[in-house]
Amino acid sequence: MDFSNKYIVVFATILCLVCSLAVSVLAVELKPLQEVNKILDQRLNVLAVAGVIEGGAKLPKEEVEKLFESIEELVVDRRTGEVLLTGAEAAAVDPIREAKDPALSEPTPPEHQRTQLARLPNRLKVYKVGIEGHECWVITIWGNGLWSTLYGYMAISTDLSEVVGITYYEHGETPGLGGEVDNPRWKSQWVGKQVYDENGDPLVTVVKAGMSTHPYEVDGMSGATITSNGVKWMVDLWLGPDGYGTFLHGVQQ
Amino acid sequence: MKTETKKILIDPLHTQNPITLQVLGICSALAVTTKLETALVMSLALTFVLTCSNTAISLLRNKIPSSIRIITQLAVIASLVIVADQFMKAFLFDVSKQLSVFVGLIITNCIVMGRAEAFAMGHPPGKAALDGLANGLGYSLILIYVGFFRELFGSGKLLGHNVLASVNEGGWYYPNGLLVLSPGAFFLIGLFIWIQRSVEPSIQEEGN
Repeated sequence: MDFSNKYIVVFATILCLVCSLAVSVLAVELKPLQEVNKILDQRLNVLAVAGVIEGGAKLPKEEVEKLFESIEELVVDRRTGEVLLTGAEAAAVDPIREAKDPALSEPTPPEHQRTQLARLPNRLKVYKVGIEGHECWVITIWGNGLWSTLYGYMAISTDLSEVVGITYYEHGETPGLGGEVDNPRWKSQWVGKQVYDENGDPLVTVVKAGMSTHPYEVDGMSGATITSNGVKWMVDLWLGPDGYGTFLHGVQQ
Repeated sequence: MKTETKKILIDPLHTQNPITLQVLGICSALAVTTKLETALVMSLALTFVLTCSNTAISLLRNKIPSSIRIITQLAVIASLVIVADQFMKAFLFDVSKQLSVFVGLIITNCIVMGRAEAFAMGHPPGKAALDGLANGLGYSLILIYVGFFRELFGSGKLLGHNVLASVNEGGWYYPNGLLVLSPGAFFLIGLFIWIQRSVEPSIQEEGN
């Protein structure tokens, strides 16, 4: 069948309009639902890492909101440790996104470049968990493993003496090997580990699988050295003075 | 059922299977099958996209100028994939997180465009829809087979539930590390191709 050029142009235009209209209407309509899912997922992770709920457990939205009434979100200055924002203003800040903005971040110092993060945000977010029996700080940690950037949370007791929990909510490591960062058994090793030495330097670290001897060492994952190292280095970065260290020690005093 | 309808419906499951016979869609068959759950959701998404795209292309088949037919098919497929992706993000958040880019990559899945070009362009919507559904199911069949064995022997689980208590969980089963890596999927698909051709000698390729 032969079609005139005019027909072809009109056909293409109409097709594009119809397709783009359908896609954009749907995207806009579903956006609120997707946002709710995202926030809910984030909050469940925070609750899980603080030990309030079991990892992977699903709670209805209302219950999560109720629990979150006792959790305060703070935005702090990474270098001075000063609290910049609280409440709803703090909730809207996304430091991981800000790390990509040259105006709101600075290059990662050379000694932490093994985390393969190009930039660190100037502001960081901290969750102050005030739920009775589960008081702790929850910090967001991220850094590269073998294939992907791992994003997770780490919870530290209010007196900074021990790790309360660690969890990764997003990563693309090999399932069964590096993907074991998700494994509840592996994560449970972290609980109770000593966080800082007497000088306030980060102490908790990952060693070769089966080689942990000290109360601040965690067994790495066998068959996943690069992911284990990634975890080790990101913990070192985020607990140290270039991460949340300044803030955490500041509130401690 | 008429023989022709039956043929459209049954062939893609066995003698014309898109993965094991036409060797299309291999990439996603490797990538999303480490767990049964992701394999299932991916199968659903592809079957949905394939059925809808075949129907839509077939409805338009007499209106599509042949000079721009490929890009037309692509526009329709891409829109449908975005629809599927957005729905997943809204209603199946956990799974969509695990599938990440692979839902988006359905756009480039040769099965979808192959069926649009080879079948939907020349057949009425009813048959085209059936063809899309059948090919989607043929794809699903292989994905579920691969996903089942990879999750069971690779991590000792099925749909996230412990079946063989693995050493990592304090049990007795040493997970087979090969199966969680992509080569594991190649072996499983290869095995399937072998068995399938032994059972049905008529589909064996002419060889020397």
